[in-house]
Amino acid sequence: MRTPKSELEALSAKASGGKRALIQVLQDIQDRFHWLPPEALEQVAADLGLPLAQVYGVATFYRSFSLSSRGRHICTVCLGTACHVRGGAAILDEFERRLGITAGRTTPDGAYTLERVNCLGACALAPLAVVDGRYYSRMTEAKVAAALSGTEKDGHG
Amino acid sequence: MTTFRAHLLVCAGTGCVSCGAFDVRRALEDEVRRRGLEREVLVVATGCNGFCERGPILLVQPDGVFYQRLKPEDIPGLIEEHLIKGRPVPRLMYVPPEEREPVPRMRDIEFFKHQRLIVLRNRGRIDPESIDESIAYDGYAAAAKALTEMTPETIVAEITASGLRGRGGAGFPTGLKWAAARRAPGTPRYVVCNGDEGDPGAFMDRSVLEADPHAVIEGMIIGALAVGAARGFLYIRNEYPLAVARVGTALEQARRYGLLGTDILGTGFDFDLEVVRGAGAFVSGEETALMASIEGNRAFPRQRPPYPTERGLWGRPTVINNVETWANVPSIIRRGAAWFAGIGTATSKGTKIFSLVGKIANTGLVEVPMGISLREIVYGIGGGIPGGREFKAVQIGGPSGGCIPKSLLDLAVDYESLKAAGSMMGSGGMIVMDEDTCMVDIALYFLRFAEEESCGKCSPCRVGTGAMARLLARITAGEGTADDLARLETLAATVKQGSLCGLGQTAPNPILTTLRYFRDEYEAHVFDKRCPALVCKRLISFAIDPSTCVGCRLCKKACPAGAIAGEPKKVHTIDQDACTKCGLCLSVCPPKIRAVRKTSAGAGAAGSPTASIRADASGPSRGGR
Repeated sequence: MRTPKSELEALSAKASGGKRALIQVLQDIQDRFHWLPPEALEQVAADLGLPLAQVYGVATFYRSFSLSSRGRHICTVCLGTACHVRGGAAILDEFERRLGITAGRTTPDGAYTLERVNCLGACALAPLAVVDGRYYSRMTEAKVAAALSGTEKDGHG
Repeated sequence: MTTFRAHLLVCAGTGCVSCGAFDVRRALEDEVRRRGLEREVLVVATGCNGFCERGPILLVQPDGVFYQRLKPEDIPGLIEEHLIKGRPVPRLMYVPPEEREPVPRMRDIEFFKHQRLIVLRNRGRIDPESIDESIAYDGYAAAAKALTEMTPETIVAEITASGLRGRGGAGFPTGLKWAAARRAPGTPRYVVCNGDEGDPGAFMDRSVLEADPHAVIEGMIIGALAVGAARGFLYIRNEYPLAVARVGTALEQARRYGLLGTDILGTGFDFDLEVVRGAGAFVSGEETALMASIEGNRAFPRQRPPYPTERGLWGRPTVINNVETWANVPSIIRRGAAWFAGIGTATSKGTKIFSLVGKIANTGLVEVPMGISLREIVYGIGGGIPGGREFKAVQIGGPSGGCIPKSLLDLAVDYESLKAAGSMMGSGGMIVMDEDTCMVDIALYFLRFAEEESCGKCSPCRVGTGAMARLLARITAGEGTADDLARLETLAATVKQGSLCGLGQTAPNPILTTLRYFRDEYEAHVFDKRCPALVCKRLISFAIDPSTCVGCRLCKKACPAGAIAGEPKKVHTIDQDACTKCGLCLSVCPPKIRAVRKTSAGAGAAGSPTASIRADASGPSRGGR
C-alpha cells in the first residue's frame, strides 16, 4: 500500500520545534494512514532535522505505532484484567483460530488484522471485543463467528 | 439562561457509549422535539456516572429518578409516561439483585449511597463540554481565591495541611512535593498532569478527564501559581480519544474566559497548558519516563534522585501529579485543609476513586472515603459476587499491586494498610476474583504484562520479569517442581530490589502476594498437577456426562478440532487426544442440559486423564500462550 506523497508531506511539514514534535507528528501520520510507511519515517526525519535512527527508535518503542500495513478490518480483543478473569483469553483463541493468524498479524489477503489491547476501560462489558469499531460486550467463544460474519461481505474466505 | 422543568442527564462515559448511549441520546432528543418539549426539557450528555454495569443510564432531574439499561425503543414510552403524564416507569428502573421492587431514586441505590464525592462531585450532573455549567458549580472559584487572596506560600501550606497524597501510586505527600519544587533553583518551571493511566482494569483518571476536565485544569492553575510555573502539560493516553477531545475543548474555553493565558483574571499571572498524547507504553506512567516522552524521546525512566522537583522537564524544576491528585486541589482550596483532613484515616486523607471490576455484580467507578473496609466496597457498594459464586480475592493496584484474600476483607483501605498486606493503592484498580479464578494464572497474567511492558533499560526487570513468567508458565502447564517455587521467591526478591524504576520494583508483587495467601493453589499445580479453579488448560479436561447428554449435536457442530463423536439423539463423547480445550462445547451446551463437564483430576486420581492432557501438548494446543 502506498501512501499519497503530498498528504504525507503536508502532515510532516506541519511539525516544527525539533524532537519535541516527533511523537505528535508520528501520531498524526499513524491516525491518517493506520501505519507508518518507511517513506514517512524518512520524511519526518528530514523535516525535523533528526537522525533516521532516532525516529525509528521512537516509532518502534511505542505500541500505538505500526510499522506494517494493517488489514481492511480490525479486530481487537481486550485482555485487560477484568476481561482476563472473565475469559478474554479464550475469546482471543477463537479469533486466532477462525482467522488463522496470531494476535498482531494480518491475514495474507489483507482483510483482517487481529490485535489485543491491555484495557479499553469498558470493564463492565467484559469480556470485550471490538470489530471495525463496533463493541461486542460480554463475549463468548460462540459469538465470535457472528461478530466476524458482519464483515464478511467485504470478501474474506 | 433558559430554565427547564426537567433535565435528562444521559451518561456519555465510555462504558455507556460502548453499549449504545449515543443512540439513546438521539432517541431522547428526537422524542423531545416530536412532543414539542424543547423549551421545557433539556437533554444533557454527561461524563461517566460510575454505574457502568447498568448502562446506558439516564437520570431525570429534579426528580432524581434513575433509569438503566435503556434502549432507543424504550424512549417514546418513557417520555410520555414520565414527562407528560408524570408517572415514572418502574419497568426501566434498577432492581437490586435478589429483589423484586425497583429503587426509583439514584440516592437510594446501594451503589451510590455509600460513596462520598469530592473529585467526582460533578459527575453525571454537568455537561463536561460547558465551562458555564462547571462555573455554576463553583468551578474556578478556588483558582480565583488562590490568585487574589493567597500567596504561593499559603497555597503550599494549605495543601500540606490537608494531608493530600499522590493518587497515582506511591502516595507521596503533595504539599511536600510542591514545597520542594518551590525551593529548587532554576527557571522556567513546569507542572505536569500524569494521565497515562496504563493499569489494565483502571479507568478513574479517564473518567475524571471526561466528566470534569475543568477541575483538573483548575488544580493545575493553582499548582502553577504555587510553584511559579508558566507552562504545563497534560499527558493523556492516546487510547482515550474522548478524554483528549474534552480536555482540548475545556482548554479552549478556559482561554476564552481568561482563565488561561496571560494576565489571568487581571492578576498579572501568566500560565498556559497543552495536551500531549501518549503513544502506548505502560512505562510512560513512571514520572521520569513520562518526561522523556514529553521531550520526544523513547519513554525510558532514569535514576532518582535527582527528583523531577529539582531536575524535571528539560532539566528544570517540575511538579508531576496524577489526574485525581490535581482534581482534589480545587476543593481543598475552596473548602479548606481542615475540612479535607477531617475525611479519611490518620495517614490517608480524603477520598479515593476505585474502579470496581471483574467478578462483581455492580461493575463501575466508586469514590469512597479512605479507611472504608474492603467488605463495604465489595459487598455494600459492589453488590457482591454474581451467580452465587464465592469471593476469593481482590487484586488492587494493577500489575504493581497484589491480591488480597477473603481473610482480609475487613481491612480498612488506606496507603499503609494496603502496603502492609503486600499490595498497594496504585491508581485504584480493584479486580474482584471468585472461585473460578486461578491465582497462579493471574500471577502469570501480570508477569507477562510486566515482561512485555518492561522498557529494557535495566536487566533485573528486563530479564527477571521474563524469567518469572517462564517459571509461572511451567507451573500452570503442570511441569513445575518444588525448586521452581523456591526459585520464584528468590527471583521476585531480586527484581524488587534491583530494578531501576517502579515498574520493575513492583512487578513481583502479584507473585509475592499470591504465594503468601494462596500457596495451596501453587502446590496443587506443582505436586498434584491439578488446577483447582479449572483454568489452566494443560491441567483440565472436558467430558460429556452420558446421563444428561441428549445428543443435540450442538457441541459436535461447534467443536473446531472435530474431537466430538456421536449420532443424533445418542450420547456424544470427546476424544481427549484430539481435544484442544477451547471450551466451545461447554459454552454451547444448553443450560437446561449441562452435559459437558470440565474437570481437573490431577496426577494422583484414579482414572486420571493425565495421559490425554499430555498428548494435547504436542497437538495444536494454544494452551501455552
